Amino acid sequence: MSTTTRERPATLSEWLAHWHIDVQLFAALLCCALLGLFVLYSASGRSANVVIDQSVRLGIGLSAMIALAQVPPHWYRAAAPWVYVLGVVLLVATLVLGDAAMGARRWLDLGVVRFQPSEISKLVVPLTIAAYFHYRSLPPRLTDVAKASLIIAMPVALVVRQPDLGTALLIVAGGGFALFFAGLRWRVIILLLILAAAAAPLVWFNLHDYQQQRVLTFLNPARDPLGAGYHITQSKIAIGSGGVFGKGWLNGSQAHLNFLPESDTDFVFAVYAEETGLFGVLGLMAIYGFIVARGLFIAVKSQDTFQRLTAASLSLTFFFYAFVNMGMVAGLLPVVGVPLPLISFGGTSMVMLLASFGIVMSIHTHRKLLAT
Amino acid sequence: MAADDAIKNHAAERRLFLIRTVAASLLLLTLIGMLIARVVYLQVYKHGYYETRSQDNRMRVEVVPPVRGLIYDRHGNLLANNEPAYRLEIVPEQVSDSVKSTIARLSKIVDISKADKQRFYSREKQTPSFRGTPIRLSLNQAEVARFEVNRDRFPGVDIRAGLTRNYPLGKYASHLVGYVGGITASDLDGLNKKRYRGSSHIGKAGVELSYESRLHGYPGSRVVETNAAGRALRQLDMHPATAGDSLVLTVDSALQKVAYNALGDQDGAVVALNPNTGGVLAMVSKPGYNPDLFVNGISHANYTRLLNNPHKPLYNRALQGQYPPGSTIKPFMAIGALETGVIDPDKKVWCPGYITLPGSNHRYRDWKRSGQGWINLTQAIERSSDVYFYKLGMKLGIDNIHRYGSMFGFGQKTGIDLPRENAGIMPSRAWKHGNRHLPWYPGETLITVIGQGFMTATPLQLAQAVSEIAKRGHAYKPHVLKAWKDPQTHTTTDYKPKALPPIELKDKRHWNIVINAMKGVIDNPHGTAHYYVGQHLKYPIAGKSGSAQVAGLPQNEVAPDLDSIPHRLREHALFIAFAPIQHPKIAIAVLVEHGGGGSSVAGPIARRVIDSYLDSLPNSKTLQADQSGNKTGGNS
Repeated sequence: MSTTTRERPATLSEWLAHWHIDVQLFAALLCCALLGLFVLYSASGRSANVVIDQSVRLGIGLSAMIALAQVPPHWYRAAAPWVYVLGVVLLVATLVLGDAAMGARRWLDLGVVRFQPSEISKLVVPLTIAAYFHYRSLPPRLTDVAKASLIIAMPVALVVRQPDLGTALLIVAGGGFALFFAGLRWRVIILLLILAAAAAPLVWFNLHDYQQQRVLTFLNPARDPLGAGYHITQSKIAIGSGGVFGKGWLNGSQAHLNFLPESDTDFVFAVYAEETGLFGVLGLMAIYGFIVARGLFIAVKSQDTFQRLTAASLSLTFFFYAFVNMGMVAGLLPVVGVPLPLISFGGTSMVMLLASFGIVMSIHTHRKLLAT
Repeated sequence: MAADDAIKNHAAERRLFLIRTVAASLLLLTLIGMLIARVVYLQVYKHGYYETRSQDNRMRVEVVPPVRGLIYDRHGNLLANNEPAYRLEIVPEQVSDSVKSTIARLSKIVDISKADKQRFYSREKQTPSFRGTPIRLSLNQAEVARFEVNRDRFPGVDIRAGLTRNYPLGKYASHLVGYVGGITASDLDGLNKKRYRGSSHIGKAGVELSYESRLHGYPGSRVVETNAAGRALRQLDMHPATAGDSLVLTVDSALQKVAYNALGDQDGAVVALNPNTGGVLAMVSKPGYNPDLFVNGISHANYTRLLNNPHKPLYNRALQGQYPPGSTIKPFMAIGALETGVIDPDKKVWCPGYITLPGSNHRYRDWKRSGQGWINLTQAIERSSDVYFYKLGMKLGIDNIHRYGSMFGFGQKTGIDLPRENAGIMPSRAWKHGNRHLPWYPGETLITVIGQGFMTATPLQLAQAVSEIAKRGHAYKPHVLKAWKDPQTHTTTDYKPKALPPIELKDKRHWNIVINAMKGVIDNPHGTAHYYVGQHLKYPIAGKSGSAQVAGLPQNEVAPDLDSIPHRLREHALFIAFAPIQHPKIAIAVLVEHGGGGSSVAGPIARRVIDSYLDSLPNSKTLQADQSGNKTGGNS
């Protein structure tokens, strides 16, 4: 693996290095996830089962992360297009034979497990774009941009058909970040934003009825006092009543009196903010900020285009999740089903996020130690 | 790689990336800044306000379930109704002891069955503990009174007024209208849980199932202020639920009863369509069952009784029963033979009572053992000659039989707006190869052309196919929905009948030949149904009888008389018809399980339904004029 033969690792940091683990990233992620377990224990009304469940997922996620960190980055570069194609095939299969739930086909039943193929695309679209630009000179020419857009558009179109607008937007974001870091020209970015704004009415009339309803609720929470609107009202009360220092762990009355629904999944941030106050919120933002900064640092230090784009876009996607979730719970953004990274109860998001940081670690720990 | 590297400017790319990273970091910091500003606004600036809101956060949002849409027949008679009913709910968070012991104490006051408990526990898991879950539905007045007296002993238990579904037409339309039942865990799997929050029932069969999403509506909510124990003190805000749409069906409930009663004490099905729209006028499967039994959870004893009933009341014969169509298939085969030109309709064929295939001794018999003599196509249909059709079938061949059978919809679902329709079988070489792994044998062609052998059809398909003849190839897809009404806006939207792909014959006169022959089945003294159906006709009717063998007869054995055959081995009796011939208003298929003769048993049932329907039409006078025109003019 490395240029010099290694001896048995003696210290912890040597041991971590031997297993291609980036200590700082690992510490921050673990710290965040452990904090998450505490929050969940409170948010679930002291349910040991929820904490045990989530711990198991954390274990799976960390194992996946460490396993992925062992694989050298150029393997990812080689594999990305194939996994991308596999993802698209599975998305087609989902549309044809997927399990229909609530009028949407998102799940593929493989007998033992049911899973959402859109999750594969979320991770692999930025990798595929990065691999694509790796072989081209940057900033990209317009034809390259067009081809990269096609790479994003295919899974997005399939996910929109499911229909799952939230996930589609996340895939667009992941691929878009990769394009941005590849050096997509500013005027093109501005043009695209204008085009998106212009296309909005067109999209609107093609939305499903319930999707339109949801958008209308974003704009006017009183429309759906039981659903999104109610969530927002209650979560604002929870956050606001937390104050600067918070009500203390396990003392969040809003969550515990059951006024706040979904307190352990998408709205867990409200519980956290209620109990830990502004200090806790700033602390959590600091941890998130550190993780993103470390990811960007790794990107800057990395040695080729693929690695740069991959590390940077995965890090930014992580930030995007955190920002959208907190923004939504704080009433800054419309309600979309995005979990709070590493904290919300739920397995898929936990495992996928840790897996993506496994790739980032691999990029950092497999640098060739060139004689400089 | 080397070539690519050559055109890459690594230093420039690294610089570009650095600039982008800085730009991204700035954006990131801005967003984090916004977020922090927002949280500071909430937690510092508005802290006092939200703290107060949090302290007297004694408001609770309750779900107001929607009222389910009603179902009417075409004349506005109720087929599914909502009646007021009281139910008992438990709010687990508010009970004084455990939920289990509360239920135990409750059961001394009102009856609580095992099924009630099961439903309660499965629903309780899905409901937040501060919301009520019903433990008993439809309490009677005595039970309500008993609970009210003991109310103080049961904190967290409350009586709620609600609506329960009932079905005025009962067994007469049970398979058609269907029923609702309690939402089960497996139902919840595929549901939009938000829409079903607070709802207890969901369509399980018939129209109730197929139009579930239209009937159900959308829940509303009310915000109530509660005391420390969680009891609602006053209502702060109200968002009414959106009631589900009411449905108007094409069905005529009087005709539905006539058809049901016409079947007498026999098992069978009647499907009557309006060939001009495809609307179902009556769809009966006998015996029916009492759908009210299912609404609040059928008891085990009742369910077992229904399941073990040898007459299979839960089985929808009209669209699930797959029966050999017997001779009712002959008019369709005749059209195939005319269109392919394999027969001359005027040419007479000798019918000795049986035929044999070359190289075989097996005798394919006519139903009339003595034979029908020299007959042409029209006479063959009128008298239902098997031998004529064996010969026709040999000339036509299985590929054409399949083709023309499929053209009239056999072997395919009609796509009616009711659940669980079966497709029947229109056999072909490919079908047999795929299902039996055997080649097609010539003898099978002979029995297929008279609607025996592998071929099966549902009564609905037969009604649909005879509509095609009635409308000379311009029929509509069968449906039961006539219109739906939005209870909020009081607007009625009509269902638009969907025309089926037209059947265009090379020679339109072929319709006339077959329709005339079907008229002869009833009019002509030699017609198989003349005696049973053709007496004192008020309207010209075209029809065709069929008797479908259930068990094969041994070779050379004379058919024994009906009474000596065990009931379960007797032939199914079938009859298809439409009337009036010139301007068809009704197309019908009748099936009587093990009824024996198509003409004698199924025919009169069809006649009664047709008479009842056409007599009920306001312009029946003009229909009679139609008949007199027919006598002088013949077919157009």
